[in-house]
Amino acid sequence: MSSGKTFKLDGKAISFEEGDTIMDAALRAGEYIPHLCHNPEFKPHGSCRVCVVDVNGHSMSACTRPAEQDIDVDNSSDAIMDLRRSLLQMLFVEGNHICPACEKSGACQLQAVAYYTRMLSPRFTHFFPRRSIDASHPDIVFYFNRCILCGLCERASRDVDGKNVFSISGRGINSKLVFNSPSGKLGDSELSVTDKAVSVCPVGALLPKHQGYEKPIGKRLYDTKPISVVGDAALYQSVNRSSKSSESNE
Amino acid sequence: MNDAALQGKLKLATAALCGCFGCHMSLLDIDERILKLVELVEFDRTPLTDIKSIGQCDIGLIEGGVANAENVEVLRDFRKHCNILVAIGECAVNGGIPAMRNQFDLQDCLQEVYIDGIGVENPLLPNDPEIPLLLDKVHPVHEVVRIDYFLPGCPPSADTIWTFINDLIEGNDISFPYSLIHYD
Ligand code: SF4
Ligand code: SF4
Repeated sequence: MSSGKTFKLDGKAISFEEGDTIMDAALRAGEYIPHLCHNPEFKPHGSCRVCVVDVNGHSMSACTRPAEQDIDVDNSSDAIMDLRRSLLQMLFVEGNHICPACEKSGACQLQAVAYYTRMLSPRFTHFFPRRSIDASHPDIVFYFNRCILCGLCERASRDVDGKNVFSISGRGINSKLVFNSPSGKLGDSELSVTDKAVSVCPVGALLPKHQGYEKPIGKRLYDTKPISVVGDAALYQSVNRSSKSSESNE
Repeated sequence: MNDAALQGKLKLATAALCGCFGCHMSLLDIDERILKLVELVEFDRTPLTDIKSIGQCDIGLIEGGVANAENVEVLRDFRKHCNILVAIGECAVNGGIPAMRNQFDLQDCLQEVYIDGIGVENPLLPNDPEIPLLLDKVHPVHEVVRIDYFLPGCPPSADTIWTFINDLIEGNDISFPYSLIHYD
C-alpha cells in the first residue's frame, strides 16, 4: 500500500512510507544512488558518504536522510558526481588499491562505483600506508590494505551471526578493523566462512580463501554492465562455499 | 617549421618508466590502425623509433610509475617538451604493481633480492654508477609533474588508447564507453 507521499529524485516522483530514508525509497523504486557502506539488510552507517545527494541546496547522505514530502533531491548533477568522485579518490589513496593484483577486481563495489562516476585517476597524493595481511584463518584472508571501514562485516557479525567478531578501533587515519579473539588474530576468532559477515564485504578486504581469480576477465560481475544495473556485490556473495550448500546466486 | 608541422601532423612522444612495457604493447595492438596513426602524427622520442632525446611535442604518453632518478629526469623532460602529457596504465596512474614495494623498506628489498634471496650467487648490492638510483618509494606520475589526462587499465586496451588519441586529435570531448574504463 502506498502512503501517497512523494518526493522528487532528479525530477521524478518517488513514493515513500513513513520512516523511509531517501535511500530506502529510491531502492524500492529501482533508482540507483551510489553507495558503499549501505546494505538495506542492515542499519545505515552513514560513513562512506558516497550516497551524497543534494536536498534543497544541502549535501546529505541519502542513507541517513529521512524522506520528506516534496523535497527536491539531486542524485545526478555534475556537482554531485564530482563530490562522489572526490570521496572515492580519497578512499583509493588512503589505502593500497592495486586492482591488477586483487582477487576482487571486476567484482568489487568500490571499483564499480568508481567506474560509475567515471573516475579515471586517484588525483590526490597517495598515502601508501604499510598495512598487513591476516591469513591466520584456514578459510578466510583479511587484507588491511583494502578495507574501507564500511562497518558492514561488523554489523553482519553482530546482528545476524550473533558473534561480534569485528569492530572498528582507533580514530581518523589510525582507524582499523580489529578482531575479537584472544590473540587478536582472525584465525582465533569464532568467524566461519559461511558467516553472513564474510559475504557482505563490498571490497577485496575480507575474502574467502581458495576462490581468487576463478572467473576470467570478461565474465566478472561488473565487467560488462555498470553497478546501477547489476546491483551490490553482496547480492552475489551469498553462501556458496561448502560443497553441501545448494544456495547460490551465481 | 619542421616537416611534421608542414604536413599538419602532430608530434607524439612516448616513454616507458617503471612499467612492464605492456602499455606500449597495447598501443601496438591497434594493429593496422597504426597506418592511420602515422598519417596523423609523427613519432618523436619513443622506444618505437629509438630516438633518444625529445624535441618539442604536442602529445606525450607516459607508461609506468616513477621508481628511480632516471624516471624523474625523463618525466620532467617530457613535461617540459609536451603540450599535453598523458598518464597511461595503472603504474603511471597509481604506481601499480611496482608500488607494492612501498610496503617494504628499500634496503630490505635490495637485501632480499641481491643478498639473502633463494639461489643468489655472489651476493652483492649493485653499485655501478651507471645504474640509476632507486627512489625510496614508487610514485604515480601525477605526484611528480602535472598530468593532463589519465587512461587507467593494466593495460588500457588498444581501443581505449585509440579512442583517446582520436578524440584528442579531433578536438572532441574525451569520453569512454563503460567497457573501456577498468583498473585491471
Ligand atoms: S578492493 Fe577493489 S578497489 Fe581495492 S584493489 Fe581490490 S578491486 Fe581494486
Ligand atoms: S572488511 Fe570489508 S566489510 Fe569489513 S569494514 Fe572492511 S571493507 Fe567493510
